[in-house]
Amino acid sequence: MLAIDVMLWLFVAVLATLAALRGRMLLNDGLRTGAVEFLHLLPRIGIGVVGSGYIAEVLPKALIAPWLGPESGLTGVLLATLGGALTPGGPVVGFAIGAAALKGGAGAPQVIAYSTAWALYAIHRLVLYEVPMMPPRVVWLRAMVCLPLPFIAAASAMLIGKP
Amino acid sequence: MAGGAALTVYWRDGAEHFLTVLDSDLLLFAAMLPKVLAGCCIGAFITLLLPREMVARWVGHESGLSGLLIAVAFGVILPGGPFTIYPIAGAFLLVGADAGTVVAFIVSWTLIGYTRALVWELPFFGADFVFWRIAAALPLPVLAGVLARLAVQAGFPVQAKHIQVKQKPGGARRGEP
Repeated sequence: MLAIDVMLWLFVAVLATLAALRGRMLLNDGLRTGAVEFLHLLPRIGIGVVGSGYIAEVLPKALIAPWLGPESGLTGVLLATLGGALTPGGPVVGFAIGAAALKGGAGAPQVIAYSTAWALYAIHRLVLYEVPMMPPRVVWLRAMVCLPLPFIAAASAMLIGKP
Repeated sequence: MAGGAALTVYWRDGAEHFLTVLDSDLLLFAAMLPKVLAGCCIGAFITLLLPREMVARWVGHESGLSGLLIAVAFGVILPGGPFTIYPIAGAFLLVGADAGTVVAFIVSWTLIGYTRALVWELPFFGADFVFWRIAAALPLPVLAGVLARLAVQAGFPVQAKHIQVKQKPGGARRGEP
């Protein structure tokens, strides 16, 4: 986990150096914009993380293992995909629920199908952001061709096998 | 929704369990903060160093498989949330990228973009699981782009009248008569 933090900050350092080479102004701009965005995100992340912790806690755990467990196969993947598509957006809700389901006995391919479907379809992101900002037909085209992706992700996760 | 869930936990499991959950979530939150700050800085610098017009021109002029691959690469490195990504995708269309390229870009950003994976997903699932999921998702953006091109070729009506194409379109707009 620490290695990732170090890697991210090394990347920040490289980019900051590149910006500094183009001028002091660009460096200051970048640092200021980054810090402002961080402060903007802070309350939302706080609510998101704590809130999704409770949402994950109220998941009906008794139902997870039989319906989404490793033995649930294609039915489980199908259910997980539906659940993911219907989960509302926000940066962390889908991950929190997915992680809780994994702890509660869901199979890993099923969880991958869930978080893939959530990332692709999260209903409020689609309606609130994608449709107003993009030509609607391109949005529908994207939604259509993405239908098989959660299943393919789950299948290739099974093929690769857990590390 | 979050409030309702919190109340349910408090009412069902009592104050002690409520606080345990709060405790572990606050720890997770604290673990996320340095990643989020780094993510914000990377985002700000990439936006400054790599202006949107430049990216759009690049993607718009390429077609075929290389167009898809470039779009996927930008989906991975471009920072930001939905309010920055979709306008960029819209800009791709304006400069003449075909729908398949745009689809590949959006899917790449959603499934293998670094912000999502490193900043948000990692604290919940841990590195092994995230890299495993990404490995499984790696071919999907290109696949989605190819499927989108096939759909357009088969007659999916994608060129709405209000899309103004400012520049000469690239070679991949096969949906046009």
